[in-house]
Amino acid sequence: MFGYYLDLAVRSFRRNRVLTALMVLALALGIGATITTLTILRLLSGDPLPQKSAQLFYPQLDPSPMDGYVAGQTKPPAIMTWPDAMNLLRAHRARYQAAMAPLQARIVPQRANQPPYFADGVMTTADFFPMFDVPFQYGGGWTAGDDDSHAAVAVISGALNQRLFGGENSVGKTLRIEDHDFRIIGVLKPWSPQPMFYSVAQSGRNYGDGTSIFLPLQTARANLMSPSGDIECYAAITDIQHLETAPCEWLAVWVQLDTPAAVADYKRFLDGYVHQQIALGRLKRPDNSLLSLMGVLREQQVVPDDVRLQVYLAFGFLLICVVNTVGLLLAKCLRRSGEIGVRRALGATRRAVFAQFMVEAGIVGMAGGVLGLVFAELGLWAIRHQPAQYASLAHLDIGMFAFTFVVALTASLIAGLLPAWRACLLAPAPQLKAS
Amino acid sequence: MTIHPMISALRRHKAGVVLIALQIALTLAIVCNAVFIIGQRIQRVNRPTGLDEQNLFLVSQQWVGAPAGDDPASIQKLDALLREDLAALRAMPDVASVTPTNSLPLLNSSWNGSVSLHADANLIGGNARTTYYFGDENFVRTLGLHLVAGRDFNAGDVTNKGFRDPSEPTVVIVTKALADKLFPKGDAVGKVVYLDGSGTPSTIIGVVERLQVPATGSWVSDFAWNATIAPVRLNANFARYAVRTKPGRLQAAMKAVTSTLYKVDPLRVLDDDSVKSFADIRTQAYRADVGMAALMGVICLILLGVTAAGIVGLTSFWVGQRHRQIGVRRALGARKADILQYFQMENLLIAGLGAAVGIALAVGLNLLLMKYYEMDRMPVLYVLAGVVLVLALGQGAVFAPARRASNVPPVVATRAA
Repeated sequence: MFGYYLDLAVRSFRRNRVLTALMVLALALGIGATITTLTILRLLSGDPLPQKSAQLFYPQLDPSPMDGYVAGQTKPPAIMTWPDAMNLLRAHRARYQAAMAPLQARIVPQRANQPPYFADGVMTTADFFPMFDVPFQYGGGWTAGDDDSHAAVAVISGALNQRLFGGENSVGKTLRIEDHDFRIIGVLKPWSPQPMFYSVAQSGRNYGDGTSIFLPLQTARANLMSPSGDIECYAAITDIQHLETAPCEWLAVWVQLDTPAAVADYKRFLDGYVHQQIALGRLKRPDNSLLSLMGVLREQQVVPDDVRLQVYLAFGFLLICVVNTVGLLLAKCLRRSGEIGVRRALGATRRAVFAQFMVEAGIVGMAGGVLGLVFAELGLWAIRHQPAQYASLAHLDIGMFAFTFVVALTASLIAGLLPAWRACLLAPAPQLKAS
Repeated sequence: MTIHPMISALRRHKAGVVLIALQIALTLAIVCNAVFIIGQRIQRVNRPTGLDEQNLFLVSQQWVGAPAGDDPASIQKLDALLREDLAALRAMPDVASVTPTNSLPLLNSSWNGSVSLHADANLIGGNARTTYYFGDENFVRTLGLHLVAGRDFNAGDVTNKGFRDPSEPTVVIVTKALADKLFPKGDAVGKVVYLDGSGTPSTIIGVVERLQVPATGSWVSDFAWNATIAPVRLNANFARYAVRTKPGRLQAAMKAVTSTLYKVDPLRVLDDDSVKSFADIRTQAYRADVGMAALMGVICLILLGVTAAGIVGLTSFWVGQRHRQIGVRRALGARKADILQYFQMENLLIAGLGAAVGIALAVGLNLLLMKYYEMDRMPVLYVLAGVVLVLALGQGAVFAPARRASNVPPVVATRAA
């Protein structure tokens, strides 16, 4: 029966080529716009570390003075001061804990004729690598002992290793950063979580190639390297160079907590720490929080408002295209009243007529889906040529590919419901008489 | 023409009428809001920075192996490097004027703080927020700012200090927006202010008409025009120079600047990104806004096209269905113009119904967007223009099928159905 409906549908399309083309085109434009914008939204709101994100948490507390404080309405700042970060690290209350800040590292290549250039870096502590499951190609990360002894060691990305050493095992070699020598102890496999959650609160750069150089925090600070991210100060400063003692926030702290009980324990510990510091007179405000990784991304609004607006706009567009398709399908099917009358008179049931028109709508939907995919690819191609940070990541994956057809079929079947219903209700006798 | 028979005819096509009206209503709601967003973005992109933007470019560079700038001796060394660069740039044949600067409007790299009328104010509780620009006696001239009160800096005002030195300048020039906020009577020149909760006074010696802050994000919207210019050469191991070229010599000067600076001192980081015309800075700053406006524009056009196509499709069907009735009317004396008018009126009725619903939807959508996003209230003018647009669109779309209807010959009435 399905084959026969297909045949009927193709015949009907042939009869009204312009109308059919119009329907398919409108539906395809709506689907293309929806899939393009949804792909971007999914890319931007994705989970940067799917296997680990549920165990990663982000403590926050507020070192500001009491002026302007409204209980329960003032959120703690997104980043932390050096003393608080170090106190949390030394307490060792989580499975892993690391403090970090972004860094623009000026690299001076050893080879002649290569001008110095800047690489995106992070200064952090030993737990960074095991906590974030960072994969190593050669060597490994540094130890807590290296942190404390201000060891001049560095971990570099595979891409930087390729650029500087042609991809060979460079562990043990020396790298000159900001006029200081560092010994390479690890080279990473490709690793660039999107968005770059670990410095999301400090730098505006959330998407892209990833970090290419990792230095021990205390070594970098001992060499007076400044963080390249936000530095927020809550009191007048006299010496911004020595950030360790300045009234400024500039560090992010991440901890790994494996079970809900561990999370609850850590929150209690954080409360206790803040109250202890208030008793000591160092902190004034009691507010603190322990957000999950995805919670931090929401709080930091990594998905720009414009992207959401574009998704709504695309869905509005699709809705209008569906209404348009309903209208055109209805016109088409009522024009065929005579044909329906004949089929009904020859014994086709209402159900059969209904099925026939739904098949026809479905075919329009599938055609719209295929063409919509073309439009979506075009849209994503255009986005890849935009200068946005996430541009190079805009690709259609298998999931969205399948989803396109789900959207197309759903849209067209919804559009087909009313015309098919009207068609199957037609009484055969008047139609036969009229023609 | 009486409306009554038209309405009773439409009653027999309820589904079609509702579909066209719905499509027009949705189109009106979306297009109104999209055009409003486009308008806002264009307004944002076109607001003047206060600069004379032509013939202006920026060099950002960093010395390799320069002193850290922590002690007076190394700060003087850095200042010597800076002045050497400035002298070399000023000696270039195509260059009209040069100033060191920490940033420029739209560059999204800023140094912000607060201005207070009292000494030792709380940092957060100042009287106004401001951004800081640091330049020398050529700053106002190089950027092409308009001095509206007081005087410009002279060479004697200019000092130099280390990047991390928190001391405040003794004299400053402020923008009119900041001056009016601090001294609403308009007598800012000669008055004393305190910067960033400092205890030492700074005297306002001049007021410039307009100078935008470097940041373009929404977080600066409440102080986007509050700028304070300090006559200070900031010394660090990096430096930025704003360069005004002679008219029409921008490209030539930009091309020559790298080799000129390398000739002064080859040990520096100066790559492709280091030399940028102000036009490029502007394009980069507003790229997202322009992209959003373009996308909205394209979608609006396609939407209008789809809606028009829908009207043509459904009306064509109606004309086909009423072929015989049209023949009968023609046979009874209706002129071609009457038939044309009938279909045009019918469409006006349906589109009017859709537009009425659409107005409510458009306002509702605007309120919804205002609640969740940074959006202003849409002026009524946009909705009215939208109504006129969709009504005109309907009339345009219905014209071809209506023409076909009016060409149905009266003889059709005599043929068997």
